Amino acid sequence: MKALAFIATLITGAILLYGTMDFPAWGDPQAPASVHLSPHYIEEAVAETHVPNIVTAVLGDYRGYDTMFETIVIYCAGLAVVSVLRRSRS
Amino acid sequence: MKLLQERIKFSKFGESLIITTAIRIMVPFIQLFGLYVIVHGHYSPGGGFQGGVILGASFILIGLGYDFKTSITRMKEKTNNILGNLGALIFAGVGLLCALMGGLFLDYSALDKLIPLGPIEWRSFGIFLVEVGVGLAVMSIMVSLFWDLCSGGDLDEGL
Repeated sequence: MKALAFIATLITGAILLYGTMDFPAWGDPQAPASVHLSPHYIEEAVAETHVPNIVTAVLGDYRGYDTMFETIVIYCAGLAVVSVLRRSRS
Repeated sequence: MKLLQERIKFSKFGESLIITTAIRIMVPFIQLFGLYVIVHGHYSPGGGFQGGVILGASFILIGLGYDFKTSITRMKEKTNNILGNLGALIFAGVGLLCALMGGLFLDYSALDKLIPLGPIEWRSFGIFLVEVGVGLAVMSIMVSLFWDLCSGGDLDEGL
């Protein structure tokens, strides 16, 4: 069973590595993210959100879902530790 | 102040007077700095996660320098749990309120219908509300992780 799981992990890893070969090169100025997403954030973020810090604007507004579920992940981690470890004296 | 000095003199907590005094002086400034990092996230590096960790670290510092009991008398476990839940609820609640006001989920400009500040100002203020929620949740989780791990779960004594 362990060998099977190991083989499955290896195959999944190989597929993922194969998938990264289609990615644009690191820092490629022609990559889709650099062509229309980043310029939009850099040019419009202050006008659209009135937040001088673009990082905060992206984190809190444009990618609000991401930040929300980051918080939920931390919350679930705390909940898990409390529910595993916490025991009352009585 | 005199009361604190007497308590330190006659109680057994704390490694040494130097450490406890240094922590007593430092903790208010650490907490103030944590609040500053949360609130000033719009203008400088920082935000809810970092500020929450700094706020939580101040309680952990009390727990390390004094002892576990002092740390947990400064903030009750129940208060801590309520703050953590409140933090997560603020984030989801602000998003839900935006949806109820007729915008998209987490589209803060929809809150303009509730209090007319202007949609763009609301996008800035909505980020602030959300950061406060993140800060509360992270602080409470940090503190409760430390409490539970150092006391073995019974929150009676530890370290």
